[in-house]
Order: sequence, then structure tokens, then C-alpha cells
Amino acid sequence: MKSLEDLHKLREKLKADIKLRKDEGTKIIVGMGTCGIAAGAREVMSAILDELAVRKLLNVQVQQTGCIGMCEKEVLVDVIRPGEPRITYGKVKPEDVKKIIAEHVVNGRIVEELVVGKLEQE
Amino acid sequence: MQHIRAHVLVCGGTGCKSAGSKEIQLGFAKYLEEYGLQNEVMLVETGCHGFCEHGPLVIVYPEGTFYCHVKPEDVKEIVESHLYKGRIVERLLYREPLSHEQVPNYSEIGFYKKQQRLVLANCGAINPEMIEEYIAVGGYEALAKAVTTMTPEEVVDEVKKSGLRGRGGGGFPTGMKWQFAKNSVSDKKYVICNADEGDPGAFMDRSVLEGDPHRVLEGMAICGYAIGADEGYIYVRAEYPLAIKRLRTAIEQAEKMGLLGENIFGSGFNFTLHIKEGAGAFVCGEETALMASIEGKRGMPRPRPPFPAVSGLWGKPTNINNVETFANVAQIIVNGADWYCQYGTERSKGTKVFALTGKINNTGLAEVPMGITMREIIYDIGGGITNGKKFKAVQIGGPSGGCLPESMLDLPVDYDSLIAAGAMMGSGGLVVMDEDTCMVDVAKFFLNFTQSESCGKCTPCREGTKRMLEILTRITEGQGREGDIELLENLAKNIKETALCGLGQTAPNPVLSTLKYFRDEYEAHIKEKRCPAGVCEKLASYTITDACRGCGLCARNCPVQAISGKIKEKHVINQDICIKCGACMAACPFKAITKG
Ligand SMILES: Cc1cc2nc3c(=O)[nH]c(=O)nc-3n(C[C@H](O)[C@H](O)[C@H](O)COP(=O)(O)O)c2cc1C
Ligand code: SF4
Ligand code: SF4
Ligand code: FES
Repeated sequence: MKSLEDLHKLREKLKADIKLRKDEGTKIIVGMGTCGIAAGAREVMSAILDELAVRKLLNVQVQQTGCIGMCEKEVLVDVIRPGEPRITYGKVKPEDVKKIIAEHVVNGRIVEELVVGKLEQE
Repeated sequence: MQHIRAHVLVCGGTGCKSAGSKEIQLGFAKYLEEYGLQNEVMLVETGCHGFCEHGPLVIVYPEGTFYCHVKPEDVKEIVESHLYKGRIVERLLYREPLSHEQVPNYSEIGFYKKQQRLVLANCGAINPEMIEEYIAVGGYEALAKAVTTMTPEEVVDEVKKSGLRGRGGGGFPTGMKWQFAKNSVSDKKYVICNADEGDPGAFMDRSVLEGDPHRVLEGMAICGYAIGADEGYIYVRAEYPLAIKRLRTAIEQAEKMGLLGENIFGSGFNFTLHIKEGAGAFVCGEETALMASIEGKRGMPRPRPPFPAVSGLWGKPTNINNVETFANVAQIIVNGADWYCQYGTERSKGTKVFALTGKINNTGLAEVPMGITMREIIYDIGGGITNGKKFKAVQIGGPSGGCLPESMLDLPVDYDSLIAAGAMMGSGGLVVMDEDTCMVDVAKFFLNFTQSESCGKCTPCREGTKRMLEILTRITEGQGREGDIELLENLAKNIKETALCGLGQTAPNPVLSTLKYFRDEYEAHIKEKRCPAGVCEKLASYTITDACRGCGLCARNCPVQAISGKIKEKHVINQDICIKCGACMAACPFKAITKG
């Protein structure tokens, strides 16, 4: 390392690795209740992680939640972009993941046909 | 590459390690693999969070869930329930001591909420064995800024302007100290980091070294640049093997990246660092004794002047600072002195890390802005006194410090107020005592420590502390005489004025401060042969109260037949025969015997 710029470049590269420990960026939350898992939540989760890796979307957080009582709509996936309402998608299949990420996570366009709920952030 | 969706931080500080955190880490590695999560969940070993009492600690991000007292058999449940299914394992969450409420989130815990973690910001948040994580959170930015865009003079000025004062005890202005070393003309100068941490109960320096070693290295390198030194030593006590190991790793990594060594950031500035393991005597923390020890001589203080800034290690100008002092430097250079000055009081800037121990609910390391009151530290952060007892005193500053009573709880904690109150900041040890504490006994405890640590070089300290200890001992044994208090005061004054080094000069402080605030307790011991707190065994007297049912059990258990009384009537203890063994009190089924 020979200059301040070298340090900055290295830092930009490394920053993504620990970003998760700060509460920022877009969140994707997958319902992992028993019914969710039975409906294929693990597969959806894997598809999400793969897609994020392919697109190098390092500042997107993926969280899980338990059953929220809409079992017949599982697999449920929530997307929260900073400062925007929480959008809940239902009956998500692994093959829907690419679309949700490309449209909503990256470009902010909600995939209306899969939406089952909207929640304004408090 | 996989997308990492969660980080599991397992505390690898000394406290949690000794509570078994290594096994927990191995458990996570095993179960993450078993559940096929090893590529999406990252396992990180961190340094101490300062909450060792509740360890081993595990923190899971992105939620920031704080699990405490984690046992190896809990790991599977955390993996399956939290990491696989997204359900927090509630039974492992922290509970507030007073409200008994569970707190899932790290940042919401009372112990952390009122803290201002600047120096400790990375402790527990990054992996101390990976320089990459330190750089990711902004590490080495200050060093780069200093050596490529500032003159040494500008660096010294910035530190002066920040108002930073030494965290090793004395509180000397750091910028001024750097200026003296800079002004000394010499072909060779040294920077020394004092990591001896001899104050019993203090462990903030260890935690910083274990949890964020690069921060200290960076501070030292900046100091080297400012004063014109190209070599430095870190003097660490040998009882800190983990800190030493992490320091070695950190130095190696920094050298490999060119952040230590030659021509740093292409500026022409060279700086190398060595580690020196100390043997552990308390007096070796004194700066002149410490340098003698690095030189391979016996660790004994010498008179100052000359000060280290003029003639230090091997006779060369040397700047010596404490670990926490160096750990403050990088943020001052990056954010500027004005930013730093927003924390603290007029004459004590920034934050201080305290080690909270004693009869307090939350023991651990707490970093607070200077000027916060003792009450806030003890009640808001410390969670109050254990078992609902009453607060009696707080001992601050370790063996050189003093004891403050309830009436001083609203005192702002800064260098000057503490000195004025008869205590001192010291290294930041804070021992909270409840109503069951005997203040004469406490003074004796601390004096006993300094007396046995005196190096013996000068008479007032060697002989004077011995005399004082004799007097205290006889007071606690019921042999105190009229005039003992005055004798203690005279001796204390003499030692303070004539001892060679800080050890002797401050040794009488615990006695003087307890005499100032708890004189009546000394008098009770001497005149009434009574220990109000019922601690001093030889002064204790056992009495039977009206709760006595006359069962006779105590009389049968008394080894010297000091108890008499008719069955079904109240019994009495003959104080002239009683040898204060306490057997009766233990035997009484009705708690009818009190000690006082
Ligand atoms: C008996 C004695 C023990 C000391 N122990 C320590 C110690 O363990 N750590 C420390 O940093 N300073 C200790 N000091 C203070 C050092 O002599 C010195 O003042 C300090 O390292 C300067 O650093 P600072 O200006 O950053 O506080 C001790 C002083 C005395 C008299
Ligand atoms: S004051 Fe005590 S510790 Fe210091 S030099 Fe004198 S004898 Fe040694
Ligand atoms: S044991 Fe207790 S209750 Fe029984 S005689 Fe002694 S003091 Fe009274
Ligand atoms: S060692 Fe884990 S919190 Fe201190």
C-alpha cells in the first residue's frame, strides 16, 4: 500500500463484508415458519442468495421471520427499501425470485401480481 | 461467491474464552455445516464486549440479537431456530436486572444505551485478527492522513487542541507531552505504549488490545511521526497472553501491508514496533521503572527530571503513553479536534473507559463521556446495587484512588473534580460497595496492596506504608488507640510529600479519603470497639433478639458455653466469654441472632 488512494480503494472493497453489522440498505425477509419451510421457503431463500451473489448486491440484507398467520399464502417474502413501504409477496416460488430482485430490489418497481400486502413504515 | 446473509459474532475475549467460547465457536462451525448454512452465514471471532459477566456472548447480525451465557448445548438451537428458521431463541436473551425484561437487541440494553463507545467502538464488532476488518471500518485512515497531508507540527497541534489527557492515571495533556518529545533534538527517539495495567480490577487496556489492536498501533505510529521517532515498544504484562498474541498478529499484518515498516504511504516515514513482555510488578507501570525494565534492568523508578521526553529509553528522548490514550489518537486526526471536543467537559475532553466491579448488577467495561455523574454510571449503566442493598461508597482510581460516599454521587466524573473530592481517575477502576462494607477494612485492603508492591527504594514509602498498615490492622482488631487517626494522617502527609514515585505518593489516598468521608466508622472501631458494618471479625458481637423462641440450639452449638437461658425463654450471650465464632448464628432456626 503506497498512498491514501490505495487505502480508500481497499476500504471500498472491504466495506461490503461488514456492512451487515450496520442497519442500512434494502431488506428482504423470508417467512420461515413450519408452513413456510414446507411450502419451499428454503429453496426460495437459496434462490435469493444466489441471485444476490450473481448481481453482487452486497448491501441487501436477507432476514428470516417465523409464521405470521398467512399460512395458505406461503412462501412469503417481504421487501423493504429504505424509506418505502414494506411489500409482502405471497406464494413465491424460486422462479419468481429473479423478477422480484430485478424489478423491485434493484429498480424499485413493485411486482404487483405477487403482492399480498403493503405496510407503511412507522 | 455466495451472498452472506448473517454474521455470527462469537466473543473471543479473555473473559468469554475462559467461560468456554472456543467450544461454542467450534459448535457453530459444526452445526452451520450440518444445516447447510456454512456458505451463507459467516462466523466471526471478536474481542471483548466489556460484558464478560454475561459471557460467553454471541451476537447475530443483521438483527443484532444479543445472546448471553451461551452454553455449547445451546448452539444447535440457535442454528436451527434462529439461523435456519428465523426465530430468536428467547430464553438466551439478556434480561434487565431491575425490570427483568428481556432485551433482544444489542443497542437497546441499558448497559450499552448510555455509553458513548468511541475507543471501544470496534471492540466486539470486528475480528481483531483481521486487519481487513479494521480497514473496512476506516482503520489506518488517520495514519495515512497524518503522514501524507500534515506536518508533524500540525499533528501535535491537533492533539493539543483536542484537549486529550493521559488515560494512564495522571491525566497529563497528551499534546503537550508530544511537543516536549518533538522539541528534543536527537538522532534517535522512541515511542512507548504502557500496557502494564497493574491496577487490580482494571482490564480496559487488555480489552482494547484484544479487541482492536490495530487502533493502538495506528496511534503509536502517528505519535512516532509527530515527534520524529522511528521505533516503538509496547510493554505488556506477561499475564495477557491473548493480547500479546493479537498484537503480534496485528504487527505482522500491518508490516505486510506496508502500514508499518519503511516509507509508510510513500511519505518517507519509517516506523517499527516491538513487544516487550513485563514481569508484572505494579511499580513497573511507572514510566521510569518501565523503561529500566525494557533496558533489561530491575524495574525501579528513578527521580524525574530528567523527564522521558528529554532522556528516556537508553537515554534517548521518549514519549510514553497509556494504551487508551493511544487508542484515542486516530479518531482525533480523522475527525478533527473540534469534533472530539464535543465530548466531555471544559478541562477533560472525550470519553473514559471504566471497569465496573463490586456490588453492582452490571459489571463490565463502560465507556462514558467525561463529566457524566457517578450516579448515572452506577444506576443507569451499572443497573444499581445487587440484592436491593443500599449504596455506601464507590472506590475510584484503584490503589491510588479514593472512596466517595453517597453525597458525592452527583459529582461530574472528570480529572479535576475527582482530585478535588479526594479520589482520582487513575486507570478507571470503579468498585461499588454496599452497606455491608467496612470502610476501614477497605482502606486496609488497598494499603496492603500498595505496601506489598512498594519496590523499597525509598524509606517513606517502604517504612511509612508499613507503619500505616500496622495501625489499620490494630484498629480492625479492636486494639485501636486514642490518637491513631491523627497518627495516620501525619504519616500519610509525610509519605505523600517525600516518596519518590507515584506509587508512594498516592498510596495513602484510600486511607485519607475514607477518613474524610467515613471518620465516624474509624471512631466506632477505636472508641467503641465496634465495627458498624459487622465485617471486622474480631470486633463483631453477637446478640440475641426478641425473635428468640428459646429452643436452646445455639447454646448447644456454642463451643465455649457463652449462651445461657431457660428453654422457651429468651437466651443471652455472655460477651466476656464469647469468642465470636458465629456458630450460634448459623445454628439458630429463627434468625434471632444478629451480628454487628
Ligand atoms: C506505581 C505506578 C504504576 C503505574 N502503572 C501504570 C499502568 O499500569 N499503566 C499506565 O498506563 N500508566 C501507569 N502509570 C503511569 C505512568 O507512569 C505514566 O504516567 C503513563 O503511562 C503515561 O501515560 P499517559 O500520559 O497516556 O497517561 C503508573 C504510575 C505509577 C506511579
Ligand atoms: S515511592 Fe515506593 S515504589 Fe516508588 S520508588 Fe519509593 S519505594 Fe519504590
Ligand atoms: S437458637 Fe435462636 S431461637 Fe434458639 S435459643 Fe438460640 S437464639 Fe433463641
Ligand atoms: S470477553 Fe466476552 S465480553 Fe469480555
